[in-house]
Amino acid sequence: MQYSVALAGNPNVGKSTLFNALTGLHQHTGNWPGKTVASAVGAFEMGSSTVTLQDIPGAYSLLAHSPEEEVARDALCFTDHDCTVVVCDGACLARNLLLVLQVMEISRRVVVCINLMDEVKKKGITLDPDVLSRNLGVPVIGITARKKRTLPAFFDTLQNALNTPPIQHFALPLDSAIEDAAAMVEEHLPNVFPVPRRWFALRLLESESFFDTYCAQAMLDETEKEKLFSPIQRAKELLHAQGIDDKELSDRIANRFYQTAQRMMDGVIVENGASYSKRDRAFDRILTGKYTAYPCMLVLFCLMLYLTIKGANYPSQVLSKLLFSLQDRLSLWLSPILPKFLHDLLIFGMYRTLAWVVSVMLPPMAIFFPLFTLLEDAGYLPRIAYNLDWPFAACGACGKQALCMCMGLGCNAVGVTGCRIIDSKRERMLAILTNVFMPCNGRFPTLIALISIFFIGAANAWVSALYVTGFLIFAVLITLVCTKILHKTLFRGLTSSFTLELPSYRTPQFSQVFIRSILDRTLFVLGRAAGIAAPAGLMLFLIANIDLGDQSLLAHMTEFFDPFARLFSLDGVIFTAFLLSLPANEIFIPIMLMGYLNLGMLQDYTSLSALGETLAAAGWTPVTAICVCIFTVCHFPCSTTLLTIKKETGSWGWTALAAILPTTVGILVCSIVTICAKILI
Amino acid sequence: MVISLDELPVGTQARVLSLEHTGPIRRRLADLGLISGAVVQCVGVSPMGDPHAYLICGAVIALRLCDCKKILVLR
Repeated sequence: MQYSVALAGNPNVGKSTLFNALTGLHQHTGNWPGKTVASAVGAFEMGSSTVTLQDIPGAYSLLAHSPEEEVARDALCFTDHDCTVVVCDGACLARNLLLVLQVMEISRRVVVCINLMDEVKKKGITLDPDVLSRNLGVPVIGITARKKRTLPAFFDTLQNALNTPPIQHFALPLDSAIEDAAAMVEEHLPNVFPVPRRWFALRLLESESFFDTYCAQAMLDETEKEKLFSPIQRAKELLHAQGIDDKELSDRIANRFYQTAQRMMDGVIVENGASYSKRDRAFDRILTGKYTAYPCMLVLFCLMLYLTIKGANYPSQVLSKLLFSLQDRLSLWLSPILPKFLHDLLIFGMYRTLAWVVSVMLPPMAIFFPLFTLLEDAGYLPRIAYNLDWPFAACGACGKQALCMCMGLGCNAVGVTGCRIIDSKRERMLAILTNVFMPCNGRFPTLIALISIFFIGAANAWVSALYVTGFLIFAVLITLVCTKILHKTLFRGLTSSFTLELPSYRTPQFSQVFIRSILDRTLFVLGRAAGIAAPAGLMLFLIANIDLGDQSLLAHMTEFFDPFARLFSLDGVIFTAFLLSLPANEIFIPIMLMGYLNLGMLQDYTSLSALGETLAAAGWTPVTAICVCIFTVCHFPCSTTLLTIKKETGSWGWTALAAILPTTVGILVCSIVTICAKILI
Repeated sequence: MVISLDELPVGTQARVLSLEHTGPIRRRLADLGLISGAVVQCVGVSPMGDPHAYLICGAVIALRLCDCKKILVLR
């Protein structure tokens, strides 16, 4: 048998953890609301049947407010699933029941799955799933998704639910005036979806924006749309006449859900402890305390960077030696078979770029990200958003932007997609346009390398870590300034409301985090290296080896940009390298070296000091190094990120702005540094 | 004593009387369990003094003071 099952629930109740435990897939999980912003699909075997499982983004309600809740609503109400599993957090079950009741209105079979039973126990709460099951009339099972041994009971419950015939949709009874109005709309709706038409009628009465979505999904043409529009208006007028305006309608429905949820909780909680645990309170007093919050944040980041810099040094050298010795072997094999040009193209163009990207980028990222994931798993990230909400609010933005920035550290494209957690469209645009200021996977190691060789030498990892932290603070400040400027110019408007759930702290699952996160990062870096850096290496080789007149195309380019770039302490080679690393920021340093050494190929260099000597010989001063670091933080995003911005904003104009804004900022700041340096020195 | 939610001192509880919000935020607060009759407790203040953290329906929710000003509670 084939079954399709949807996995719904409030944000941060562990849907993705359950999803991974069931399907064996590696959907990213993290202890903060909104980690999953798009639906993921996986499958697992259960007895003799195959179950297709759809992980739906966390939603507090199906009466959508934010893009990710729209995804959740549309996935549930327009698609026919055999069963919907609603994952709940046992510690705030009453609130989770609001969503359960809403799902029961649109799904034929519902299984309620109370997750985090271990935490519930720790908080001193005892609850009885059987009582809840009796109250609701659907199966209820308590599990701890992180512990595999709790899963067999879940399988049994799901199997039983799938074996029983579908139940009648639950319909929460409302005031007669509202029911009458819904009935007026209902009779004009086509019978095309598995969900009762009454449900759609109520949503159409409640939300004006739902009308277009509904018509598109039901494939109504213009005349049918108009035919539907007038009964909705009439029903609304009828409600208004009885003193029920939009706000009142929405309130009455919300209140009815709330009261029903409270009633369903009768007898469920056997024993109620202090639901906000002492441990959480103690951590919060330090991590969000008035005098300790910001120092803690800085110390944590500095420590992570120290471990990264210290730890990445050795594996980087080993990898580099290994990969470059492999190159000689490859060359030996290939040189007899291939013509010289093709051999050089493959070995010096493609392989070297790949080897460079892997050896320099992989070790720091494979250390930084597991550490970062630990913080994420522990529940610290929402606290960053909580601590930073005030400065963001002062710049007309939302504190959740800090979460998108954290994701941007990994990959700006992911950060841009993550901006969906921000409800207000205006604030989401601000977050998307400024996300690139966070140095991503491909730029972070460049910063670390340049700072290590130019300022302190690799020996003193603490000082390097301090410098890199300094650049991160600079990146955050630039983000705030640009957000403020955008808020005052293109995106004027009132700062919207802000609600952010602060989850309980959890002991991170060290072994799992390390294995999964190192594996993920390795795959990510290797994927980028093979998919983008290697082809880019090919292209570079061609640019550097095709001559036009007396010199190569690359030399022409560097010569052309040189006078302009020198105005702000860069030079033609650096500027060209930035331009050519548009496909992947990882290849910035290799291109630069190629330009400096005036060779048609990438240089192998095995130690950072060799890189330092090359740069010094090319006329680099500390001012150059500072400006390159600044420009690394502030320049146009890579092509993948640009395409993601286009997808998220739907406009090439905004995409262009997302490229122009950081570049302009970079040139401006570098110019200021240049002028200051001229005056001081 | 009737006060607005932002005036609720850390560690104290109150019952919600009314919300003046309109539009999506009203709905969002309702989804979080913040409707008239609900019990809330202030559990923390962020380092800059805004937002505050409240225990609502078993979960800790951060709310900005400007939003809390529109919520009347009975201590």
